[in-house]
Amino acid sequence: MKSRLPVADLEAHARQRREAGKQATERRLERERGLARRAADWLGEDLIEFIEFRGQMTIVTKLARSNALLTWLRDELEFDMMVDLTAVDYMKLEGDYPERFGLVYHLANTVREARLRVRTYVAEEDPRAPTASNVYKAANWAEREVYDMFGLEFDDHSNLIRILLPLEYSGHPLRKDYPLRGRGERDNFPVIRRDREDEA
Amino acid sequence: MGLEDLLGEGFLATRVKDLLAWGRKNSLWPMPFGTACCAIEMMSTLSSRYDMSRFGAEVVRFSPRQADLLIVGGRVTLKMMPVLQRIWLQMPEPKWSISMGACASCGGVFDTYTMIQGVDQFIPVDVYIPGCPPRPENLIDAVRLIQDQISSHEIQQVIDEQTGVPSLPRLKHMQALRAERARLAGTPAIEIQEPA
Ligand code: SF4
Repeated sequence: MKSRLPVADLEAHARQRREAGKQATERRLERERGLARRAADWLGEDLIEFIEFRGQMTIVTKLARSNALLTWLRDELEFDMMVDLTAVDYMKLEGDYPERFGLVYHLANTVREARLRVRTYVAEEDPRAPTASNVYKAANWAEREVYDMFGLEFDDHSNLIRILLPLEYSGHPLRKDYPLRGRGERDNFPVIRRDREDEA
Repeated sequence: MGLEDLLGEGFLATRVKDLLAWGRKNSLWPMPFGTACCAIEMMSTLSSRYDMSRFGAEVVRFSPRQADLLIVGGRVTLKMMPVLQRIWLQMPEPKWSISMGACASCGGVFDTYTMIQGVDQFIPVDVYIPGCPPRPENLIDAVRLIQDQISSHEIQQVIDEQTGVPSLPRLKHMQALRAERARLAGTPAIEIQEPA
């Protein structure tokens, strides 16, 4: 028997949706690529690398220009949000890295819907970097975390103290040469006994 | 027989010590130190289905100063251990403690720099409960074991010699602990104001 109701073509609908999604992704990629290219051109000499990997743009800059770049990105390209700031220890990672530590900034442009990653390298011998907290306020705590976990120091930071680990902790556990079980910190507590046991 | 025969019906001869222990063991007030998944099991033990109040231990006190049974249920980290020690010191005597679950008893699967590998290294523990998490019945069993300890006077009340009252939390003890910890860690002690 023939149905008198119109049957929705679910297949076609799904196809359309997929197609539209693909196109939106393409457009976003174009936009991000364009913005990242502009930033790379602005850096000129100080650009170390321009990476596009699976639709994500990364520009690698020299440390000396990182803050200037962030400021420029914020003011000129409307990257108005710092999503995250973190670090990487390349010590045991395969591949060729100019320095041991990488400092990574994840930025988002909420006006034009684009994302960008900025990376810079910090030397092991002199683990310091300029603070980004005067460019993005959100960097303040993130930098404290990086200091806590990797021991990188940030110049001009307003309050560079540990954020997660106890203040009296010594060591930076996300460094790859830090032992998983620590250096005895966890066994380092005074022992409380019952008074009765004290006497015995 | 004996005294009861002399006094007639309605009288019972016992020792004051035993009477006190009987009262204590049937009115344990737990201080739940639940820091992870074990705490969920602790909650279910305390609520109506398993109903710990059948054994007199239902008045959960979130102030250590009103509790006499510490239940450590869950992972204890580096940063939490001083807090746990402080809570233990704040509980008035006589007091008992239960280490609930694999994590509290030995660190469980979390063998990393930040996990205490067993709270019994640093505070007294009377009963350990195995399991990950232990079933509510295990916790009830642990409370029953504590009750047995109380009625057999295994843990005596500590009386402060100077004041004649059961010993109270000692702030100077805590300050000494903090200094000791700083010494062991090789960093200067952090000055934290004690509440007045
Ligand atoms: S013993 Fe198991 S259930 Fe209990 S806190 Fe540890 S992981 Fe969670």
